Amino acid sequence: MHKEFLMGNAAIALGAIAAGVNVVAGYPGTPSTEVLETIAKKRTKDTYVEWSVNEKAALELAAGASYSGARTLVTMKQVGLNVASDPLMSLEYVGIKGGMVILVADDPGPISSQTEQDTRHFAAFSKLPCFDPSSAQEAYEMIQEAFELSEKYLTPVFLRPTTRVCHGYASLAVKDPEEYTVHTPDGFIKDSSRWVIFPRLSFANHKKIEARNKELSDVFSSYDKNRIYPATETFSAVKRGIASCGISFTYAMETMEETGMVRHFKVATPHPFPEKLALQFLEGLDEVLCLEELDPVIERELTYICGKYHLPVKVRGKLTGDTSNAGENTRDSVDTYIRTFLGLPLKVKEENDDIPPLPVRPPVLCAGCPHRASFYAVKKAMMGRKTIFCGDIGCYTLGNAMPLDMVDTCLCMGAGLNIAQGVEKVEPDTSCFAFVGDSTFFASAITGVVNAVYNQANMTLVVLDNSTTAMTGHQPHPGTGHTVMGEIVQKINIEQVLCGIGVKNIKTVNPLDHELAVATVKELADKAGVKAIIFKSPCIAVTKPDAPLSIDTASCIHCKKCIRELGCPAIAIDNSKITIDPSMCTGCGLCSQICPVHAIKGGARNA
Amino acid sequence: MPKNIVLCGVGGQGTVLASKLLAMAAMEADIPVMSAETIGMAQRGGSVFSHVRIGEGIHSPMIARNSADLIIGFEPGETVRMLPYLKDGGQVVTSTRAIKPVTATLSESAYEKEPMIDYLKKNVVNLTLIDAEKACSEIGSTKVLNMVLLGSALRTGALDFQTEDIERVMCQTLPEKFHDINLKALNYTK
Repeated sequence: MHKEFLMGNAAIALGAIAAGVNVVAGYPGTPSTEVLETIAKKRTKDTYVEWSVNEKAALELAAGASYSGARTLVTMKQVGLNVASDPLMSLEYVGIKGGMVILVADDPGPISSQTEQDTRHFAAFSKLPCFDPSSAQEAYEMIQEAFELSEKYLTPVFLRPTTRVCHGYASLAVKDPEEYTVHTPDGFIKDSSRWVIFPRLSFANHKKIEARNKELSDVFSSYDKNRIYPATETFSAVKRGIASCGISFTYAMETMEETGMVRHFKVATPHPFPEKLALQFLEGLDEVLCLEELDPVIERELTYICGKYHLPVKVRGKLTGDTSNAGENTRDSVDTYIRTFLGLPLKVKEENDDIPPLPVRPPVLCAGCPHRASFYAVKKAMMGRKTIFCGDIGCYTLGNAMPLDMVDTCLCMGAGLNIAQGVEKVEPDTSCFAFVGDSTFFASAITGVVNAVYNQANMTLVVLDNSTTAMTGHQPHPGTGHTVMGEIVQKINIEQVLCGIGVKNIKTVNPLDHELAVATVKELADKAGVKAIIFKSPCIAVTKPDAPLSIDTASCIHCKKCIRELGCPAIAIDNSKITIDPSMCTGCGLCSQICPVHAIKGGARNA
Repeated sequence: MPKNIVLCGVGGQGTVLASKLLAMAAMEADIPVMSAETIGMAQRGGSVFSHVRIGEGIHSPMIARNSADLIIGFEPGETVRMLPYLKDGGQVVTSTRAIKPVTATLSESAYEKEPMIDYLKKNVVNLTLIDAEKACSEIGSTKVLNMVLLGSALRTGALDFQTEDIERVMCQTLPEKFHDINLKALNYTK
């Protein structure tokens, strides 16, 4: 063992490597991404790692590898599990052979997600065991234990950390390479009575799963990470207890370091719920406060157990309005919940009322981002027309911000295309646009194009191809021509894909050539059927910037068109002069093309 | 008692490296350390923060209000935003250079640094102001603000580390060609 300072996600990755993981697949998504990235960097030579095209593909690949005896890890964020839910729900009925851990990172807040869905429900729904770590160290150990459990019970197992565990760092003890488990897959053994799902097999296995989960509830009651912390002297006579999990457990411990500890139940396995241990915890208590994020899973379980055993315990939490039922917990909110519950005085907060108004900083498209040019070209081309702009998931969702204001809808990965199709069915006189990024295109928009083309939709598909998966930190995808293992592979060409589906009118344009981009949109928008514009220009984070532009103050007429229309963070007003911050400008040249008096100089385009 | 540090600024300013170096110095001294930082959409020009906690008996990587021993601010408005985390008598080291958000430029709502700095002067006893523009131009790089601030923060005595401790871990972390300029930045306010 040695000590390392690791992000929670890196700790999970090293835990998986230490457990001898053979095959790892996932799709990027905050806050889960760094798990797979770390494994790709630190893997042993026999480990296969891939960014799959989406979560469903990742889970199915892992299923095949696990049927063949490999230890497998699948990584995704919570909404990714919705995509993978089809194979997931059936896989539990079939079972696996090599240990399989499905890492799903939840995002209370939400901080970087569409929903505050709770994967612990998905665990109960799919009947899978679920581990819920409260720290990087615990996550490191838990994933190794999860592999053991998975193999012992022949079931996939969830590991469900949340954002603050995924992205929190800690100094922790990890194994040296000599201590790693070596797992050698024994290969796929044909047995159609085991690997082919049929109603009869599902019925038989359903019974086994329910019996197993009952057994697992007992196993988890003696699992050392499910734990009751006894009350300290201050509270030894107090008949109150706290039940918590994940990061909320650590917040509660911090507060109770100061106040003294009431009986405290940490739930590390929300499913199957450790009922016997919960009964020990509830013994003799009058009231329990549940501290958890997202949904009231522990609270409902304890309420159910109290009903089942006729226990006179009042269970408090989200359902009773004692804690917030939306958003993440914080050190301070948990501190207030606990002090209120224990009847202790709240920490005095001296709120200064003379704070000057603080700048609002919503996330924006980076200076030089080609998406800005693409949105602006479509906006200009369609000025004065009846339009709808359906957005999608990625950096380009930020196209909704002023002054671009070019995202009218956003739902989930790949949805924009068929939403545009649906709007057009109701409003045939609306010019319907769908914007989709290159990674999202491969992940889940291709079937949408097939649907739109086959069903005779009239709409314009705009593919924003920046040659990377930008929002999650620049992962490769099928259009990039390289893999996470560093292989150079043939790119899948988006234009050819669209052509193969039967899209007749396809144009690929550099959006930074503003005049051409506008002309192309005008030309294609009025054609019948599904037509596509591929705006191709790489993300500024994966290319070298050009020389920054500057404003010739003598010719600048202060019309502020560049600021009003583009919203580029590199352009600012300083002492009533318009300036370009050279440390931010990438020389994309968009502003120089729209300046009515050509006052913006420099950049490759003007050279 | 653990030492609690908040680093704050705007996405892309280099708060992450500064917090990493503090954590590495703690690791070297064999003191437990935890940290947390903003990752994801907010990194695109949004407000970002790191919490760093150094010492025995830490459970959570996150810091409660009223408990930071030190705030290292990369932008004056962000420093004001994080001030509720400062404990009584805590140290604040902040850059005075304002970064105007696109929203302020668009609406022409005046976001100026002066009210922020006046507020800090009024409410913080132990305040160190750093002229970032001057520092960076004298050192000759726009990328070293984090080291200037970190060096200055160490010399407030709020932490149990010396400048040399950070110099050592910085040299272990960054490629050699960046050592000189960052050493210069760490010692700029000496």
